[in-house]
Amino acid sequence: MEVGRRIATNRRWPHLLRLLPIYGLLLPGLLLYGAWAAYPLISSFILSFTDWNLLKPTSFVGLDNYVRAFCDPLFWRSLSSTLGYTVVTVAGQLILGLGAALLLNQRIPGRSVLRLIYYLPVITSWVIVSLVFLYLYNGQAGALNWLLKDVLGIIDANVAWLAEPSTALWAIAILGIWKGIGWTMVVFLAGLQSVPDDLYEAASMDGAGTWSRFRWITLPFLRATSTFLLVVLTIGGFNAFISIFVMSSAATGTIGGPLNSTDVVLTYMWKQAFTEIDLGYGAALSFVLAGAIGLVSVIEFRLIRRQEST
Amino acid sequence: VSVVGRRSRRTPRTRWIAFTLAIAFALIMLAPFALMVSTAFKPYAYVLEIPPKLIPDAPTLDNFVNAITTNDFGRYFLNSVFVATLSTIVSVTLASMLAFVFARYEFPGRRVLFAALLFTIMVPGLVLLIPQFVLARNLGLLNSLWGLIIVYSVLNMGLNTFLLRGFFAAMPKEIFDAAEVDGAGPWRIYRTIAMPLARPGLATVTIFSFLAAWDEFTWAIVTISDRELYTLPVAIRLFQRANGTEWGLVFAASLIALMPVLVLFVALQRHVVSGAFQGATKG
Repeated sequence: MEVGRRIATNRRWPHLLRLLPIYGLLLPGLLLYGAWAAYPLISSFILSFTDWNLLKPTSFVGLDNYVRAFCDPLFWRSLSSTLGYTVVTVAGQLILGLGAALLLNQRIPGRSVLRLIYYLPVITSWVIVSLVFLYLYNGQAGALNWLLKDVLGIIDANVAWLAEPSTALWAIAILGIWKGIGWTMVVFLAGLQSVPDDLYEAASMDGAGTWSRFRWITLPFLRATSTFLLVVLTIGGFNAFISIFVMSSAATGTIGGPLNSTDVVLTYMWKQAFTEIDLGYGAALSFVLAGAIGLVSVIEFRLIRRQEST
Repeated sequence: VSVVGRRSRRTPRTRWIAFTLAIAFALIMLAPFALMVSTAFKPYAYVLEIPPKLIPDAPTLDNFVNAITTNDFGRYFLNSVFVATLSTIVSVTLASMLAFVFARYEFPGRRVLFAALLFTIMVPGLVLLIPQFVLARNLGLLNSLWGLIIVYSVLNMGLNTFLLRGFFAAMPKEIFDAAEVDGAGPWRIYRTIAMPLARPGLATVTIFSFLAAWDEFTWAIVTISDRELYTLPVAIRLFQRANGTEWGLVFAASLIALMPVLVLFVALQRHVVSGAFQGATKG
């Protein structure tokens, strides 16, 4: 603000001369960003109103692609899978991430090593962790089947976790939770630093137990952190792609298999665009997803704000 | 005296419970890695043994040797290093310039440009994939490491700018005012004052950008078709597709891919944990 006022009082020419180096600093970044992010975004939006498929000349089709999505049962199925995956992974990451953060917020030995262990899945690439879980979920000789059947006796026969339509998506969701706990924990830990220690001490002296201290001191202080995490993790859930792409194609031979049970919007869009070469429809699907992400983020912000005011 | 007595009675017990839980949880989190590491040292015949043994019966280094010598993972490793390093340098440099200007100067178009930048952070990357592909084809950047470098530079620029802007905005105004009085222009202030002060923030965005470029899979698998140009994620995945049961080799290659980010992360861990989320969690 202050700088603005100073600029405004200058005369026009010195003003422009002053702005020149500022735009100079912006230029390289904005050029690259404009060409490879802003321009593709706009051109993708325009594409979504066309029937572009590389085979015949492209023509505008108005809202046809969006209407088609609206009437496409496989799209609705992929959207509901996306929502299910998102709800499960966001809840899992929030609960376990908060749990881990509360544990590491105590003065226990080996905290930094434990923190690194929890964070290890975060820094490992999606392709690698997807292959590791593919190995763990192996239908004949996977470690999970061994654990559940031979050690714990919970199941009677081996389960092909990723080839079974009723389990495949949830098996992938467990990977999503495991991979995100560490990141959620680190953000919660940063939030926990804002809770003043003397509040706990005062509450203990008044006879408050562990639970009531958590409920009435810790949670209210974590509200901003939780909102941030809820929104970011939801966006992450909607964007799940690599794990599903790698695991479903390796376990069943088709992306989104078995029987479309792991198809989320992005894998469905991928297939429309790159397998069917229906690029206009693929672009429309991606904007429907972007719209859904925006809508859900706004709803989440609103709900939390309303809770705060009551 | 009574307060001290109560605290010392309770604290050790809760601490022990917390410690036990934390260790148990760590074991669950580590289990998939433990199996990956032990399988990487197992000969082919033992990779799917039941029960899965954590300590291999006949440990061998063959998988690592094969990964590097006969399967060219050394080459893919160098490709990944080249692409991730260059794109990180470009992304962090350009983002720091943007962030510095957005944080310290008022100019026409400031709000619109910053809003546009934030908007693109929220859009799923796959939305951009089709037009980026067409653009790369028109510029002859398909099947080229330069195409990867450009797109990876852009990949994190929005987020980097957002995070770095917070660091620049938090710096005391007086330092900049003093430099301006001395006649220093924006470029000089950026280079000699802002950048050295922003080191913790730069460390954070550097590690995030490097990780993102090192792990990127989708753009690489869409644009790279020559075997010699594979990056590690693409090579590992395609290797698993072609040799489904060679788990020892797959995981040996995965461990080779994991090492650099692990080293980088442990070295810069302090910055990442303390610096990254300060802006995000306040307010």
